[in-house]
Amino acid sequence: MQYLPNILFAVVLIFGITFFARNVKKLVRNIKLGKSVDRSDNSSLRWKNMIKIALGQSKMVRRPVSGLLHIVVYVGFIIINIEVLEIIIDGLFGTHRLFQNYLGAQLYGVLIGIFEMLALLVFISVIIFWIRRNVINIKRFLNKEMKGWPKNDGNFILYFEMVLMTLFLVMNATDTPFQEAGIGNVVSQYLVPVFSGFTESTLHIIERGAWWAHIVGILIFLNYLYYSKHLHILLAFPNTYFANLNPNGQFDNLGSVTNEVKLMLDPTADPYAAPAEENADALPEKFGAQDVTDLNWVQLLNAYTCTECGRCTSVCPANQTGKELSPRAIMMKTRDRVEEVGKNIDTNGKFEDDGKTLLDTITAEELWACTSCNACVEECPVNIDPLSIIMDMRRYEVMEKSAAPQELNMMMTNIENNGAPWQYNQMDRLNWKDEE
Amino acid sequence: MNVPTMAEMMAQGKQPEVLFWVGCAGSFDDRAKKITKAFVKILHKAKVDFAVLGTEESCTGDPAKRSGNEFLFQMQAMTNIEVMNAYEVKKVVTACPHCFNTLKNEYPDLGGTYDVMHHTQFLKTLLNDGRISIEGGSYKGKRITFHDPCYLGRANDVYEAPRDLIRKLEGELIEMKRCKRNGLCCGAGGAQMFKEPEKGSKDINIERTEEALEIKPDIIATGCPFCNTMMTDGIKNKEKEEVKVLDIVELIANAQDL
Repeated sequence: MQYLPNILFAVVLIFGITFFARNVKKLVRNIKLGKSVDRSDNSSLRWKNMIKIALGQSKMVRRPVSGLLHIVVYVGFIIINIEVLEIIIDGLFGTHRLFQNYLGAQLYGVLIGIFEMLALLVFISVIIFWIRRNVINIKRFLNKEMKGWPKNDGNFILYFEMVLMTLFLVMNATDTPFQEAGIGNVVSQYLVPVFSGFTESTLHIIERGAWWAHIVGILIFLNYLYYSKHLHILLAFPNTYFANLNPNGQFDNLGSVTNEVKLMLDPTADPYAAPAEENADALPEKFGAQDVTDLNWVQLLNAYTCTECGRCTSVCPANQTGKELSPRAIMMKTRDRVEEVGKNIDTNGKFEDDGKTLLDTITAEELWACTSCNACVEECPVNIDPLSIIMDMRRYEVMEKSAAPQELNMMMTNIENNGAPWQYNQMDRLNWKDEE
Repeated sequence: MNVPTMAEMMAQGKQPEVLFWVGCAGSFDDRAKKITKAFVKILHKAKVDFAVLGTEESCTGDPAKRSGNEFLFQMQAMTNIEVMNAYEVKKVVTACPHCFNTLKNEYPDLGGTYDVMHHTQFLKTLLNDGRISIEGGSYKGKRITFHDPCYLGRANDVYEAPRDLIRKLEGELIEMKRCKRNGLCCGAGGAQMFKEPEKGSKDINIERTEEALEIKPDIIATGCPFCNTMMTDGIKNKEKEEVKVLDIVELIANAQDL
């Protein structure tokens, strides 16, 4: 019977981690539904970007208030995890504050002191975050895509963090030997009076309760990630690593189009020639993106990484002037659709046509409102590229559906006929030199 | 105006130092043609050995590509590349950031690799090499703000060349609230120039013009023919025609009475 808590702990831990691993597998499979794109080049620059942008939070602090608060929560999260390691070992082996024996009371006290300070700072930051989301009317948290689940998701995460930090401090405050030693209880000592009337055994029960709730809470939080925008705490790293390194203005040239254009421009090409043998059965490639499987895997990784902060939308010229387009909504709709496709595969073994596509939720009105100004791309703290998705979907609209706005069709006809977007004769191109 | 073409140059067995890519706006749009001419005046003054493609130039395909018409873009690109490669073009300068971006970033992949410069970058090198001098003239002491073109700024990280030139005019360079990396689009990019905007509460160029007017400039300097149109329209809409919208080359040329 004496090993019951250890066994129970091991079971909970294994269950929590297995369930998480299962979802990670699903996540990787879903991202791989995207088309291939080569991002294996220039690994030194990619590492540098990841360290600077994801680990170093360099783009976060462009907005100092939310940036600095975010750093507090982020640093707190990482460092307090050292304590989680101790909790796991204690739980498995039935020890109590194992690291104390190895580190010595002094060093251990300093460490726990730092954890407690961070826990308090995280708690305060999270409260400010909550106020920013729910009390102060900050526009980017109020856009229409932030109603319902996305709003609740944001708040749940904050509640989680508040509860976890409180449990950590309560656990320390009710640990009588720890308080009596008086080293490292820099914050929790102020909570001790709250529990002053309690007997030794009640305190112990509270301490154990807080300890268990803390670790179980962390495991629940870990498993909540996959269903939440909070996945960014993991994916920000691969996302910044695999992000586009070319100039923002450089859009990819579709290789499938290049082949056809070369054929069209080649006077020696035989238009009636049979397609090359090895490609004879291949389906002609779709131009542009109609659904998530037409996007590449980096774009899908982008969608899962998005934490819906809305900095992109807040700088989007179209959104700021009341248009339907919101780059954040593009990312959210993409993620929702990948998830839907993933569930379809889970249920049917492979993807069964459900009669839906990404174009059902991302409307033409949104796509055509984009000025391709790259403000969203530049602004994203983790280098997500909503513009590339917009452009791929425009390509589908134009090249597969011939559904460009009428004025753009006229513009394109002009380019085709006379080499300029307006109706001027190409032969008049140099007339300006003789005009006064 | 003496503007040699590549064909004429070739007939004389000559190869110019640089190809001036005029672009569609610079060739046909009445407002943009003034920018083209101002640039040519400076090129002459600096004795730059340049040529244009003239009637052999065709749209780079930028508006087609941003509209999603990759076919039309690549047709345009390959046709232009064929022409430029035939003339063995090495260096290109253009006064349009959209042409600049497309030529510089999207042509190499299709077989057209050139050293492409925006006209502000090119003028900066002329200035550094002592081939031109920039004076303030009538712009001395004027409040000048620069509206960053998206395809020069965020798209290609060029923020300083245009500002360095403006500083030489001895005016007061003032910045809008959103500038450089955070600059607000004029509303013309991504082929928006050629269509009506989607419905919303305001036009983007009005938003940007209001932001510019907030800092009370005498001049809004631009580096893109489309931004120029959008900002000029915005100024008209706000009935603030005392504020001038001018391309940086116009400022430099005017200051020297070229």
